[in-house]
Amino acid sequence: MTVASLFFYLFSVVACAAAVMVISSRNPVHSVLFLILVFFNAAGLFILAGAEFLALILVVVYVGAVAVLFLFVVMMLDVDFTELRRGMLSYLPIGGAIGLILLVELILVLGTWNFSSEAGKIAEPIAPGGVTNTEALGLILYTKYFFYFQVAGLVLLVAMIGAIVLTLRHKAGVKRQNIADQVARNPATAIEVRQVKPGQGI
Amino acid sequence: MMSLLDHIQGTAALPEIFLVVAAMALLMFGVFREKSADIVNIAAIVVLGIAVAMVIWGGEGRQEAFGGSLVIDTFARFMKVLTLFGSAVAIVLSVNFMKTEKIERFEYPILVLLATAGMMIMISANDLVALYMGLELQSLALYVVAAIDRDKAKSSEAGLKYFVLGALSSGMLLYGASLIYGFTGHVAFPEIARALAAGEPGLGLIFGLVFLIAGLAFKVSAVPFHMWTPDVYEGAPTPVAAFFAAAPKIAAMALFVRAMLAPFSGVLPDWQQILVFISIASMVLGAFAAIGQTNIKRLVAYSSIGHMGYALIGLAAGSPEGVRSVVIYMTIYLIMTLGTFACILAMRRKDGQVETISDLAGLARTNGLHAFFLAVFMFSLAGIPPLAGFFAKYFIFMAAIKANLVTLAVIGVLASVVGAVYYIRIVKLMYFDEPAERFEPMVTEVKAVVVLAGLFVLLFALFPQPLNSLAEAAAASLF
Amino acid sequence: MYQLIVFLPLIGAIIAGLLGTQAFRMMGSTVDSHGHDDAHAGHAHAHDDHGHDDHAHHAYPTPWAAYLTSGLLVISAILSWVAFWQYMHEAEPMKVEVLRWVNSGALNANWAFRIDTLTAVMLVVVNTVSSLVHIYSIGYMSHDPHQPRFFAYLSLFTFAMLMLVTSDNLLQMFFGWEGVGLASYLLIGFWYHKPSANAAAIKAFIVNRVGDFGFLLGIAAVFLIFGSIEFDTIFSSAAEQVGKTMTFLSWQFDVLTAICLLLFMGAMGKSAQFLLHTWLPDAMEGPTPVSALIHAATMVTAGVFLVARMSPLYELAPHARDVVIVVGAITAFFAATVGLVQNDIKRVIAYSTCSQLGYMFVAMGVGAYGVGMFHLFTHAFFKALLFLGSGSVIHAMSNEQDIRKMGGLAPHIRVTWAMMLIGTLSLTGFPYTAGYFSKDAIIEGAFTSHAAAAGFAFVLLVVAAFCTSFYSWRLMFLTFHGKSRATSEVMSHVHESPQVMMAPLYILAAGALLAGIVFAPYFIGHDEVHFWAQGIFRGPENKIIEEMHHVPAWVKWSPFVAMVLGFALAYQFYIRRTDIPGKLAEQHWPLYQFLLNKWYFDELYDFIFVNPAKWLGRFLWKRGDGWLIDGFGPDGVSARVVDVTQRVVKLQSGYLFHYAFAMLIGVAALVTWFMFGSAH
Repeated sequence: MTVASLFFYLFSVVACAAAVMVISSRNPVHSVLFLILVFFNAAGLFILAGAEFLALILVVVYVGAVAVLFLFVVMMLDVDFTELRRGMLSYLPIGGAIGLILLVELILVLGTWNFSSEAGKIAEPIAPGGVTNTEALGLILYTKYFFYFQVAGLVLLVAMIGAIVLTLRHKAGVKRQNIADQVARNPATAIEVRQVKPGQGI
Repeated sequence: MMSLLDHIQGTAALPEIFLVVAAMALLMFGVFREKSADIVNIAAIVVLGIAVAMVIWGGEGRQEAFGGSLVIDTFARFMKVLTLFGSAVAIVLSVNFMKTEKIERFEYPILVLLATAGMMIMISANDLVALYMGLELQSLALYVVAAIDRDKAKSSEAGLKYFVLGALSSGMLLYGASLIYGFTGHVAFPEIARALAAGEPGLGLIFGLVFLIAGLAFKVSAVPFHMWTPDVYEGAPTPVAAFFAAAPKIAAMALFVRAMLAPFSGVLPDWQQILVFISIASMVLGAFAAIGQTNIKRLVAYSSIGHMGYALIGLAAGSPEGVRSVVIYMTIYLIMTLGTFACILAMRRKDGQVETISDLAGLARTNGLHAFFLAVFMFSLAGIPPLAGFFAKYFIFMAAIKANLVTLAVIGVLASVVGAVYYIRIVKLMYFDEPAERFEPMVTEVKAVVVLAGLFVLLFALFPQPLNSLAEAAAASLF
Repeated sequence: MYQLIVFLPLIGAIIAGLLGTQAFRMMGSTVDSHGHDDAHAGHAHAHDDHGHDDHAHHAYPTPWAAYLTSGLLVISAILSWVAFWQYMHEAEPMKVEVLRWVNSGALNANWAFRIDTLTAVMLVVVNTVSSLVHIYSIGYMSHDPHQPRFFAYLSLFTFAMLMLVTSDNLLQMFFGWEGVGLASYLLIGFWYHKPSANAAAIKAFIVNRVGDFGFLLGIAAVFLIFGSIEFDTIFSSAAEQVGKTMTFLSWQFDVLTAICLLLFMGAMGKSAQFLLHTWLPDAMEGPTPVSALIHAATMVTAGVFLVARMSPLYELAPHARDVVIVVGAITAFFAATVGLVQNDIKRVIAYSTCSQLGYMFVAMGVGAYGVGMFHLFTHAFFKALLFLGSGSVIHAMSNEQDIRKMGGLAPHIRVTWAMMLIGTLSLTGFPYTAGYFSKDAIIEGAFTSHAAAAGFAFVLLVVAAFCTSFYSWRLMFLTFHGKSRATSEVMSHVHESPQVMMAPLYILAAGALLAGIVFAPYFIGHDEVHFWAQGIFRGPENKIIEEMHHVPAWVKWSPFVAMVLGFALAYQFYIRRTDIPGKLAEQHWPLYQFLLNKWYFDELYDFIFVNPAKWLGRFLWKRGDGWLIDGFGPDGVSARVVDVTQRVVKLQSGYLFHYAFAMLIGVAALVTWFMFGSAH
């Protein structure tokens, strides 16, 4: 229990600190790296809660795919982030004040909330005994949450269509490889044999 | 087939399923066939028409689908028909425009179809997850559609702004939803209502409610979550703006109504305060900001902000009369807006589309029909009797007064006085100023939309009963 | 029948007014296409009266509106004579209900016609003169492009006047009263492009307002005292109110005297009596037929009719009648003196009208209501004749109205001269003409009366008769006799008016000559008691009509002598020794100026009322409305709206982070509200 608590606070504090660094560090590459750190800590929190599948998915998808993609974009696009961030200081006081107010209020509300003694039990994973995390998710994802799953698929479909619509350009005159055509070539279609008479040319 | 649908408990959601499947089929068709935009356009309209028929004849009374995630009642059916209708008209309006602007793409109607499917899920959503999924399906498609004229900086900017702010609002909504889940232990609306009835709601729940409302208010573009609206309307191609102003607003308002009344009727006094605030802010800002506009699309954007403020009055009343007035208001708003946008679409000269207000000068003398119907829409939007817009406002204010929200009604009336300034200024410009250069003649389908919408607005006063009783039935199904 | 009499003119007015303007629009296009006609129309616009009718080829369409309204009026007039004939030979008074009108609390006023002798006389007067004026106008207005409008107004006026005279209660009478006021306003300002016409129209309307205010108070007082405004109720219970008093602002008033004086105030306004007379001469800015119809024969007699109609009340209020006598006598005298020196042909006749109305009121005041009504009846004929005749003269003189620029016209327009002569004879009371019977009867009545002011009135009336004779003959001599003072160009154009204008003159001339001798027995003679049995009420001690016939001979002769003296003096001044008037004017320069400027009433009113009112108006306009209300009201509000708008528009910066920030502020504000602000 104490060890679990220790790690919980460790992960939480690091996650929060890293999140602050994401938005405050000067180098955008550092920001993305701090973001990855946040993800890792979140994954750690998931593991503490017994949701190891989500933890690993988080690492694989967000760190392995999304964050790396971010990194590439940031490095490839030559965006002057210091330029973008120049106005930040002038907005900091009021922005910070608003953020602080919200934070204080949320803490006040959540902090003064009396959690029932059963709250801890509710937080326990409800996976039936002997079933792995993955299996438990799979059992409800395709049955009880079938609908959500399908709609999520649709959202991804839309995202895909959107990406294509907004970026794909058909350029005329671009040569493309057509493997079927290449495979289907035979000497009859590919080669023309000509008799070249000496001294005359073609 | 039926047994499969029954198995997944999706019988009641047949229209949504049909819409999605048809959209995917059309996507395949469009990908594998060259120059397919025309056919896909027509097919999409047909699909929307069939969906309307399926909604209307899909059954009576209250039905549930997917284990209660979706609920299909009279209210949902009515709003779905409106939404489908709005989407279909938006596609109709887009056909010629896209062709002349050379941004004709078969993906546009498909994205509209998918967005419409999202809207239908929103309208029927009966738990927080379905609410969010529907919202995201709709929003993502809208972000893409806003930027569909991708070679124009303004269109891309509109898409990007909409996307970033939409993501922020989704974040707020999710945060609110998680707070609500945390404090009630449920995501399904009936369960939340039951949990609220059991005990005193905590401040934490109210906080969640605030964030949830912030997310929803963003979708109906209510102040102070409205800032994206003018920029997106201006930047997006005109038929896309017409689409934005019509169907998604209906769906978002329907979602708003259900998400307030179904789970949170127990804490009505709390969310009523929020709604009163954002509705006053919307009406006032919509009225004042529109006066300073020179671009007619921006003007309509502010106008729609104001109109959402009025509609929210009806919701704030929290009574069957209030919901009835919202339903009537949204119906009339939809038709007025589509008519107005059709008129804006017809503002085309030889050298292309124009959209500043001064281009309308003296329109009455160059194109009397165009000017007349635009004037009708302007008067109706301003709420001048005996046009439809007057009755819309009338029912809203009556409901507010019955719910003891007299101050709100009075502020609404005052705001509509200020708002009348910019509507009537356009009429003055068209009828009393020196004519600007002549517009190209209207395209047939645009003209049809203008005339039909105009006739509805003009003649509504004579036949208010059908809409009235439908709206009453729709409102009754929520209580 | 009575419905027909009353409503035919209304129908004509509506048709001519609604369809006429449409026709005018169509006509406007034809006029535009012919340059010459356009110029001609402009000519008709620009000049005082009407264009020349030398050009026969004008492009105006058939004046169907004129024919229609005239035709309806003629039918109405004939029916009126039939009704009048019935009442001459004993017809019971009757009531014709038209519709329920006002039913509010104790106030009941139905729309009904009260038909008795008094009404019948007025019907005849109104419809006869009106129909003749309509016919006359067909010729007179033939060049005016707004002809349908003119005839619509004329018919509207006639309808309103008929409403007035047929009324069964005070409210209906007030409706007609205001209706004629409106029509009079419209007709005086008929040539609305002339500033003087507009000013005159406004003046007439406003001066009448003063009188109407009194009338309205009178009606209110009647309702307060009698609880009803129906004539029957009022008259039957009038006797109970004798000697009772009412308190108003701690002043005690005799009820009946107060009511009668208030009603008389209305009558003074409408009938242009002394102090409220200033509008009548100015009203001559309207077309001449209008002057004949409204400002001589009919509308201005409404006040006289009112007093006659309310005779049951006046009969019980002797103090009020004293006031009526004094005002009437002063008016008669005052207007006659002013008429002596006026140079505008229409103004002379206008002052004459004013003076004659004074005579009628004196008759009312002394209790000889029938006599007053008789003078009203005869006066309608000869005064309309004089006006239409002067219209003919003006027509002949190419719109010249100044009699100093006329003279020697008699040989050129002999028929008009003859008509004017008949009118003048009748007006001055030449024996056995219409005016002789009625006017002399009034003078005799004034002598006979026992009222306190009667002697005063008698003297003034005889003097006024002398003045009347003088200025009438002065007018005749200056216009028709002596050497012509007009330019030769004008003289070369002098011509007789067309027959459509002359025919009404003949009929009116016949009336001016014969009305007296034919109708005198009924109105004031031996059939008098019988004739007026229902229309007019006289108290038992009021035996003035019998006593009137037994006055001393010198009294009977005095008006005749005054007339002859006036004629002789005028002949001396303007035919034999034409240098005398100028010398007299120089010798008595202040007196001459005093008379020429109408006793300086206009200047006095300008000083007392008009200028302060204008100052106050300007103050309220510039400071009150412009600065205070506009500045803080509409203009201020709209300026603030623009300010707010500019600020709001500035919020829309286009920066994404501003937008996001706005959303956050909104959420934070709402959350804070729930933390600290709301009930939680």
